[in-house]
Amino acid sequence: MKLNLDFGVVLERWPAFLDGAVMTLQLAVIATLLGAAIGAVGAVCRRSRNRLAAGISDIYVETIRNTPLLVQIFLVYFGLASMGLKFSAFTVAAVALTINVGAYTTEIMRAGFDSIPRGQIEAAEGLALSRLQIYWHVVLWPAVERVYPALTSQFVLLMLASSVTSQISAEELTAVANYIQSDTYRAFETYILVAIAYIALSLIMRTGFWALGLVLFPRRRRLGTPL
Amino acid sequence: MPTQEPIVALRGVHKSFGALKVLDGVDFEVQRGNVLVIIGRSGSGKSTALRCIDRFETIDQGEIVVCGHRVHDPRLNLRALRQDIGIVFQSYNLFPHLTLEENIILAPCSVKGVSKKQAREQARLALAQVGLEDKLHQYPEQLSGGQQQRGAIARSLAMQPKVMLFDEVTSALDPELTGEVLKVIEALAADGMTMVMVTHEMGFARSIADTVVFMHRGKVHETGPASILSAPATPELAQFVGAGF
Repeated sequence: MKLNLDFGVVLERWPAFLDGAVMTLQLAVIATLLGAAIGAVGAVCRRSRNRLAAGISDIYVETIRNTPLLVQIFLVYFGLASMGLKFSAFTVAAVALTINVGAYTTEIMRAGFDSIPRGQIEAAEGLALSRLQIYWHVVLWPAVERVYPALTSQFVLLMLASSVTSQISAEELTAVANYIQSDTYRAFETYILVAIAYIALSLIMRTGFWALGLVLFPRRRRLGTPL
Repeated sequence: MPTQEPIVALRGVHKSFGALKVLDGVDFEVQRGNVLVIIGRSGSGKSTALRCIDRFETIDQGEIVVCGHRVHDPRLNLRALRQDIGIVFQSYNLFPHLTLEENIILAPCSVKGVSKKQAREQARLALAQVGLEDKLHQYPEQLSGGQQQRGAIARSLAMQPKVMLFDEVTSALDPELTGEVLKVIEALAADGMTMVMVTHEMGFARSIADTVVFMHRGKVHETGPASILSAPATPELAQFVGAGF
């Protein structure tokens, strides 16, 4: 057995790797932002007394959680195509990833909302705050603070899972790698580098979330205790 | 002397939770600047009666009028009612992610549109009133139970309510902390704040109440000045008071 590694020809393609990594990060950021918004609304619906809203939210979450991401991506890809709508692979990938992470975020946020004691909401009602004000000030932020580690893990997972969008030729990191390895015949070297690139992206995201947490949760920053 | 419109009036109030009749024709009134204390066993309906005043419970029958708001009316402007009422709960319910100051200025800023600067000034005054002016920037978890409860009182006061409701506000506190909270409530009463409170502190009830309402099985069983605690007219109150000492 002899291991013969030659990174030279692969490393020459670093600009392509960089482009791929940038697109992966773009997909992750877009899906994270939109997914967080979907989750904040979806979790409200799931806990709503409005049966229709709760039902739709339930079906959405359960459908996404019980189907593979790749199938979801194909459904969006071929679904849009069969409606005669033509979008770039990047757009399709962003949409599919958003739909996917939105469902997981909904479920995580629901757990966060459930953790808010009824008395908190009553106190806010007693102070004459409106429903929207209560949601924003008394429910959403403490809930997000409690589930923040779960949320950020989910968003990092999403970034890693975005490699699947290479299947519809979104030119993200894994697609670039597939292309380079078939060009250079240096598959192992290529994927080693890609793995390192994903680790770097993960670290970038985790650091970003850590910094964001310092800004969003001043109590935590000052006291360091869980809410 | 012209009779003044009472700040709080309950007339023939009935309320059931399912098959359980909790309030069975409750009447009482509170005049401006008076303190009404509701006492009674657990399950006698006293907390429910209090919560009906702030419409945390809707009633089945009867009427409740608070500062001119018809609380039993389905068209009630709930937020207008609650701007006139301050309520403090047994479990404090300060918002844990906000400092004491942020807890206090939240409602004045977002409900009344008071500027942050002015709200901070009011917060300082409200905290001085409860003896916590040095805790402005502390988070609830950094405070003792008694301090949290006083903070919750300050939070209500900052909305400048016309009447304060206290729902067993010292039940979760040890005697020492209870004392510091009661002192704050006493000072409020001396300032002329109209108050309705549910409490198990008989000694305190005796010293602060203008009117005592003894509830028993969903009814006002006996009512009168604080002196009824020393000379109960009904055997039920006599037994209740007797058991309390």
